Amino acid sequence: MSLLHWAILSPFIFALFVPLFFKYLKNIHTGWFVLPLPILLFFYFISFIQETMHGETIKESVAWIRSLNISFTAHVDGLSLLFALLITGIGTLVILYSIFYLNKQKEQLGSFYLFLMLFMGAMLGVVLSDNIIVLYTFWELTSLSSFLLIGYWNNREKSRYGAQKSLLITVFGGLSMLGGFILLYLITGTFSIQEMMNQTNQILNHELFIPTMILILLGAFTKSAQFPFYIWLPDAMEAPTPISAYLHSATMVKAGLYLVARLSPIFAFSSTWFWIVSSVGIFTLLWGSINAVKQTDLKAILAFSTVSQLGMIMSLLGVGAASLHLESLSDGIYPVATTAAIFHLFNHATFKGSLFMVAGIVDHETGTRDIRRLGGLMTVMPITFTIAVIGSFSMAGLPPFNGFLSKEMFFTGMVELTHMDFSNVQTWGILFPIIAWIGSIFTFVYCMIFVFKTFTGPYKPDQLKKQAHEAPIGMLISPIILASFVVIVFFYPDLISHTILEPTVAAILPAQYIVEEIHIKPWHGFNIELFMTIGVVISGVLLYKLWPKWQAIYNIMPNKLTLNKGYDHALASLEKNSSNLTKLYMTGFIRDYLIYIFSFFILILGATMVIKDGFVFNTENITSIRLYEVILALVMVAGTITTVLSRSRLTAIIALSSVGYSLSLFFVLFRAPDLALTQLIIETVSVALFLLAFYHLPELTKHERKLHFRFVHILISFGVGIMVTLIAISANSQRVGQSISKYYEDFSYKLAGGKNMVNVILVDFRGFDTLFEITVLGIASLAIYSMIKLKVAKEGES
Amino acid sequence: MANQKIKTNDVILQTVTQIILFIIIIFSIYLFFAGHNAPGGGFIGGLMTASAIVLLLIAFDIKTVKKIIPINYILLTSIGLMIAVLSGVGSFFYNESFLSHTFDHFHLPLLGETELATATIFDLGVYLVVIGVTMTIIQTIGETE
Repeated sequence: MSLLHWAILSPFIFALFVPLFFKYLKNIHTGWFVLPLPILLFFYFISFIQETMHGETIKESVAWIRSLNISFTAHVDGLSLLFALLITGIGTLVILYSIFYLNKQKEQLGSFYLFLMLFMGAMLGVVLSDNIIVLYTFWELTSLSSFLLIGYWNNREKSRYGAQKSLLITVFGGLSMLGGFILLYLITGTFSIQEMMNQTNQILNHELFIPTMILILLGAFTKSAQFPFYIWLPDAMEAPTPISAYLHSATMVKAGLYLVARLSPIFAFSSTWFWIVSSVGIFTLLWGSINAVKQTDLKAILAFSTVSQLGMIMSLLGVGAASLHLESLSDGIYPVATTAAIFHLFNHATFKGSLFMVAGIVDHETGTRDIRRLGGLMTVMPITFTIAVIGSFSMAGLPPFNGFLSKEMFFTGMVELTHMDFSNVQTWGILFPIIAWIGSIFTFVYCMIFVFKTFTGPYKPDQLKKQAHEAPIGMLISPIILASFVVIVFFYPDLISHTILEPTVAAILPAQYIVEEIHIKPWHGFNIELFMTIGVVISGVLLYKLWPKWQAIYNIMPNKLTLNKGYDHALASLEKNSSNLTKLYMTGFIRDYLIYIFSFFILILGATMVIKDGFVFNTENITSIRLYEVILALVMVAGTITTVLSRSRLTAIIALSSVGYSLSLFFVLFRAPDLALTQLIIETVSVALFLLAFYHLPELTKHERKLHFRFVHILISFGVGIMVTLIAISANSQRVGQSISKYYEDFSYKLAGGKNMVNVILVDFRGFDTLFEITVLGIASLAIYSMIKLKVAKEGES
Repeated sequence: MANQKIKTNDVILQTVTQIILFIIIIFSIYLFFAGHNAPGGGFIGGLMTASAIVLLLIAFDIKTVKKIIPINYILLTSIGLMIAVLSGVGSFFYNESFLSHTFDHFHLPLLGETELATATIFDLGVYLVVIGVTMTIIQTIGETE
C-alpha cells in the first residue's frame, strides 16, 4: 500500500470516525472535523501536477484478488488528476458551505458526513483506478452513496422517490457497464486500462466490439444523465443543496464523462463510437436546454442545465474522437474538441457549483426556490446576486467569464466537424453546429431567467416564508472562491492550460499523438464562432424578452408523453404485470403445480429421447412369459382400473390393496422372498392406515362423488405412463455394462458369512443405506407423533 | 356409540390371542435370527413383532396393553438407532471404516457350533427401530379421538 492508496482510502477510514464526532462532540458542527481531510487531499494531489505536466504518470499497485489477477492499481495521469482535484477541491468548498447550510441541532450530521465521505472516497477510487473491476466497485459505491444522500431527508416521500429512481437507473447502467468490462477482459485478457490501450486493433476487429462498446456507453450515459436516462437527475434535486452542488453538478455526473474520456484511446478509432457519443450528447444538450427554460424551481433549472451541459461535453468528446480519423492529426494539429471538452468540464464544475450554492442561499434565506415568488433580491442580497451573475453569464457563454472561452471552443469543434470527410460526416455533420447553436440560445435564455427572475423585478416579501437578508459570510466563501475562478480563468487561461489541460488531453488521446501546447485566447479575431456567439446573444435576448408570448409552446406536448411519465408507467406496469403473471400460474392449487411438474417431465424427457434418438425396442433380452405372470398382471390391471374409476373410497382402497398383494405375489414368482414378506406386511399396515384416515374424514366433505373427468388430467397421466414405459423398454433394450450382482453372489458368504444375499447387502455391503432408511422411519414416526399430539395440545389451550 | 351400551364379550378372541401371540413373537424372533442365511431379517422380524402387539391391541384396549408392555416406543426407536450407529462405530476401534462387519464361528455351550456376525447387532438396531416406529404410529393414531 503506497501513500496514494492510503489517500484514496482515507475518506472511508475517516468515515468510520464521523459518527463518533457527531455523538461525542455535540457543541461543534461535525463539518469542521471533516473539513481538513479534503483540504489535505487537495494539496496532496496538487503535488502531482509537476509530474503530470512533464508527461509522467504514477502507477502504484497492490494485489487484491491474486487468483483472479485483480489488483488495486492506482494510476495518476492528467485526466485522473483533473478529476481528483475537482473532487477534493470542490469537496472542500462544499463541506465548508454545508457547515453553514445544515443546522447542527436539527440535522443528522453524523450520517450526512459519513455518506459524503463514502462518496468522496468512492469517487476518488473511480478516477484513480486503472483496474476496471476496481473501477466498477467504486462506481457502484458512488451510486450507493448518492442514493443515500438523495434520500437524506428520508421522511419526505419525494426524496425517497428520487433516491429510488436514481439508484434504479444508475445501477442499471452500472451493471451493463460491468458486462462491457467483462467482455473487454475476454477480448484483451487484462483488467488494466493502460494495457488495453496497446491492444486497440485487436479490440476494434473483435466480433464482440459493438456489444462491448454499447454496454460500457450505457453505464456512462446513465451516470452522466444523457438522453433518455437524464430523468433521475431533476428528481435527485430533493437532496440537500450542498449535495446537489457536489454530486449532481461537479463530480458524480461527470463520472460518465470520465469513463468516456478514459476509454477514448481504446474506442475512438471506431466511427460508431463517434456517432453514438456525439449524437447522444448533442441531442441531450438541446433537450436539456429546452426543458430547463420551462422550469420554475431554481434547482430544477440547474438540474436541466447540468443535463444540457453534460450533453455538450459528451458531444465534444465524441467530436474529439472523430478528429482522430483525420490525416492532418499526424501533422500535429491537436483536436480542439477534446481540449474544449476538458476545459468546459473544468469550467462547468466551477460555475455550476457556485450556482447551486446561490440557489441554496436563496432557498435558505427566503424559504422558497420558486422563481414565481422570488424577485427583487438584488438589493437585499448583493453578494449573492453578483455571484449569480458571474455564474449564469459564464454558463451562457458571455465574456469576461471562462464559459465564453469554452463555448467558443465548442463552436470551433462543431464547425470543424463539418470539414471532416469520413463515414457520412460531410452530409449529416452540418446538423451538429446548428443544433449546438440552437441549444446555446436556449442556454442563454434559462441563464437569464435564473438571474433576472430571481434578483430583479418587484420584491415580494409577502410571498416569502422568511424575511430575506444576505447570507452569512461563511456560506458565501465557497461560491465566492468558485466565482473568482470563473473570472480568473478568463483572464489567465494559461494558468490551467499548461498545468492541467495539456496533460489531460494527452491522457485522452492515443499514445501515438503528440499534444502541442495549448494556448487559450479570449480573442480570435472576427471568425465564425464569434458571429455565432453574437447570434446567440441577440436571439437569446429576443426570446427572453418575448418569453411570456411563446411560453404556451411548452403546453403543446402533453404531460403524459414525457419520459418521467413513461418511467413511472413502466415501473408501475412492471409491478402490476409481474404480480399478474405470478398470480396466473401460482394458483395455490397443488393440482395445478402437479400439472406443471408432469408436463415438464413429459416434455423434457420426451424431447431428450427424441433428440438423442433414444427410443429403441429390442426383444433380445426378454425371457419367455409364463401363465402365472399373465394372470397376475391382469389382476393388477383390473385392480388399477377399479381404483381409478371407483366411485367410493372404500372400493378404491380395497382395489389398491389388491394391486399391492398381487405385487407381493409377483415377488414370489420372481423369487424374492424377503421382498414378498415385507410387501405383504407393509401392504396390510398401509391399508389399515388408509382405512383409519378415511374413517376420520370430516363429515362435511364426506359425501362421495364420482371422480371428476378432466381431459387434461387424462392426457397428462397417459403421457407420463407412456413415457415411463417407453423409457423402461428402451433402457432394457440397450443395456450397457455388466451387472455387479455377480460379485455379491460370489462373495456374500465368503466375506460376510451370510447365505441370504439380500440381507447381507442390506446390513453389510450397503448397511449405510439401511442406517438412513431406519432414520427416515424414525423421523416419520416422530413427525406423526408430534403432529397429532401438538394438535391436541393446541385444542386443549383454546 | 353402540359398543358402549352393550358390553361385547371378546372371550374367544382374547383367549386365542393369548396363545397365538407367543407363536407370532417366536416366529418373528426366528425370522430375525434366520435373516443372515434364510429369508427374514430385522425389518420383517420387527414388523412381525409389531403385528403381534397390534393383535393384542385389537383384542384388548390401549390401556391394558400399555400395562402389559410398559414400553416407550419413541425411546425404543432411539435405542434402535443408537445400536445401529454404534455397531458401525465399533469398527473404528479396529482401524476399519464405518460399518465394516466381521463374523466368525464359535463353539458355544448348548448351541454348539455357531456363527456369530457383528451384522446381527446392526440388524438388532433395525429390528428395534421398526417395532418402535410401527407402534408409535399405530398407538398415536389410535389414541386420538
